[in-house]
Amino acid sequence: MTFDPTLAAVRFGTGLSPRFTRPVGVESILTDLSGPDEIREAIAIAGFNDAKPSHATVTWMDRAAKAALETPDEAQAMQAREVVRDQVRVVRRQHHLATIGRALDAPLGLRERLVAFWADHFTVVRRPFQTAHLVTSFVEDAIRPHVTGSFAAMLRGVVTHPMMLIYLQQTRSTGPDSPVGQQRNLGLNENLARELLELHLLGVDGQYSQADVRELAELLTGLSYTDRRGFFYDPNRAEPGGETVVGLPFGADATLDNVLEAMDILAILPGTAEHLAWKMAVHFVSDDPDDDLVAAMAEGFGADGDLMGMTAAMLRHPAAWTPQRDKVRTPQQFITAGLRALGVTGNAVMAIDQKLYQQMLTRPLSLMGQPWETPIGPDGWPEDAESWIIPQGMAGRISWAMQLPRRIVTDLPDPREFVDHALGSLAGEDVRFAAAAAENRAEGVGVVLASAAFQRR
Amino acid sequence: MDRRSFLLQTAALGCSAAASPLLTPVAFADAPGDNRLVVIILRGGMDGIDALRPLGDPAFAALRPGLHTGDHIDLDGFWGLHPGLEALLPLWQAGEVGAVQATSTPYRGKRSHFDGQDILEAGILRTGGDPSGWLNRLLTTLPGAQAETAYAIGREQMAILSGPASVSRWSPDADLRLSGQAQRLLELVYHDDPLFRDAASQAIEIAALVKEQDLVAEDDPATMSMMEAVQSSGVHVNLAEFAAARLRGETRIASFSLGGWDTHQNQKYSLTRSLRRLSDTILTLRAQLGPVWDKTAVLCLTEFGRTAFENGTQGTDHGTGGAMLYAGGAMRGGMVGGAWPGLDEAALFERRDVLPTSDVRALVGWVIRGMFGTAASDIESVVFPDLDLGDDPGLLL
Repeated sequence: MTFDPTLAAVRFGTGLSPRFTRPVGVESILTDLSGPDEIREAIAIAGFNDAKPSHATVTWMDRAAKAALETPDEAQAMQAREVVRDQVRVVRRQHHLATIGRALDAPLGLRERLVAFWADHFTVVRRPFQTAHLVTSFVEDAIRPHVTGSFAAMLRGVVTHPMMLIYLQQTRSTGPDSPVGQQRNLGLNENLARELLELHLLGVDGQYSQADVRELAELLTGLSYTDRRGFFYDPNRAEPGGETVVGLPFGADATLDNVLEAMDILAILPGTAEHLAWKMAVHFVSDDPDDDLVAAMAEGFGADGDLMGMTAAMLRHPAAWTPQRDKVRTPQQFITAGLRALGVTGNAVMAIDQKLYQQMLTRPLSLMGQPWETPIGPDGWPEDAESWIIPQGMAGRISWAMQLPRRIVTDLPDPREFVDHALGSLAGEDVRFAAAAAENRAEGVGVVLASAAFQRR
Repeated sequence: MDRRSFLLQTAALGCSAAASPLLTPVAFADAPGDNRLVVIILRGGMDGIDALRPLGDPAFAALRPGLHTGDHIDLDGFWGLHPGLEALLPLWQAGEVGAVQATSTPYRGKRSHFDGQDILEAGILRTGGDPSGWLNRLLTTLPGAQAETAYAIGREQMAILSGPASVSRWSPDADLRLSGQAQRLLELVYHDDPLFRDAASQAIEIAALVKEQDLVAEDDPATMSMMEAVQSSGVHVNLAEFAAARLRGETRIASFSLGGWDTHQNQKYSLTRSLRRLSDTILTLRAQLGPVWDKTAVLCLTEFGRTAFENGTQGTDHGTGGAMLYAGGAMRGGMVGGAWPGLDEAALFERRDVLPTSDVRALVGWVIRGMFGTAASDIESVVFPDLDLGDDPGLLL
């Protein structure tokens, strides 16, 4: 099991493309990944503080509309709110298309895949209107800068980001013995603490208990956000005294520094390293990954939580290059890879109108079971092939493959050539035959994209 | 392979598809019995003691100062129905809706949604190992079960129906139209990959079947008038309508899930919304099932209950003991069953959660036994291995 350029593009990139040559080897992939994040400069996505309309604007308009109910100003306030909500919808679409645009224009797309993986690891789900355009901004702020850097830095970014604090309801969790807690008889909300231990750090099989969840919840009190002030640490809500989480004592003073230092330590626990290595191997390589691969990746993560080291260890390990393709593309990955195989450019996809966006992305992704940025809970999207390849999901995939390419590409390729663009050496005799035997180009292209060979990675 | 041999080969495939259990009409004649079971998974952990408030428990009011707001409907002096379930009151009074309190799966400890749901759907206290769901294992005990016998509905996989027995999976909004040639070519490119082959062939078959059945469906006046009680619209109503349409035919078991139960914050509003959706889901099933409702049991299961005390953000955190709501003309409703452990601090599980006094799998097991005549030994060894069924809780009429 050794490096294979086609497998590299399919398993670790965003898919084959006639626009780009395939990578020549693992070390050149790693060199590129260590270099500057050029595509981020080329295709912009606004961070939380720069996004317009801002979270403050949206919430303010919401409040104003509610306050104006049954007053003479109601109609005007409702209209103003609707204008802002329309802007949110537009920016949400732009952010989605920019995310796809980056995946189309990146020569390999490994960084885009890493960003998507870590964004899923730290899943944040929007509120219907108020933050519908800001999940992408969270990823841009807290995830993307760190995918080749330190996990502790990513974790710091996540636990201080308004979107995570809002989603897992940390903003109002209050130490019962803090000044605010005493005055107003308020208490903890365990949500963020639990998901940190269960999903983000040790994993549900890790060595922690309900008591650790409680202690961590106390430790996290004080992490706050309001739309006026942005992120801040509120000592008046912070539970006084030291906390002990998984046997480790953390600073007795309730300060932001102590919270962040605790994150630094939890980020590099051996249990965290093992859980992250396993999860990343599951995502990229196999639902049942090779033990030695996982161990090598945990070692690459090392004592300082080096995500570049973990990625490099994965790519350098022979088990990562198994020709057996257990994984299937998620709906978002499938559509992106389909557009890439068709040679669609980032600019072209970012120029599509609202109607085509609905037809090409919003509705098909829902039918395939992956509405954009809207998983059910903080555990993100399922990994196993069996969760995705179910009849209703296949109906969505086949329909997209058969109907959408001709709406995006004016001159569909000859299906016999398209097999090479889409699959290269991964195309079996069956797919080549089917592409050639189709009655028309649309069905020929469709049957290639719908094939199991294309859906697997 | 040339075109001629391909066409010959796919012609042969076509014959075998016609003999598949899903489409063969004679298979329908032997559908297992006449009773229907609907299992609704409430994902997120429904707060059992807010849905049905133990007003008569002396500790209740103090534990929940912000949630116990007095807007309940008093059922019997001890239990109060959450206002979000008000639309079900007529069914409660008619004995068609009821609940069991202080019940749970055997899952304890970390209070993870995802492990909790896995165990609820697997029906076994374990993670890893046998990946099948208990509804699927039930099918393996039913003589004459076909793929059409059980439907997993919605966009999710529904692990509760995964396993060795064939089942049908579909979403009300799914559709698939293909030319004959495209269909044959797809059969070819999926032929060597069983996962894709099975999912795609079922998609093709069900899309055709659903279209055909919908063409013959007619709205009768009783259904129309019962649907007037349904106040909301959306995915939950579509799921219930689709389930009812299948259950009016050859389907005997249907399962789908509803979200919105993880009420850590502002539970007063969020739970009301979710309970209203659940009420409308049940009302839709009742309206659309027509006379079949009398032979139907609807069980609403959730991965765990929530903390006995209100948390710091006007909600509740993950707990243990919860409630099973149920409905259906085959059920004995109008009552809150289960041994009530009380909410005194010493009575709570780990001093925070409602103490479970029953295994929800035993409640389900007795319903299955009554509905499908499944032998107790099969329930205790196949459907829920290692379960002790215990005494009949008497949930069926």
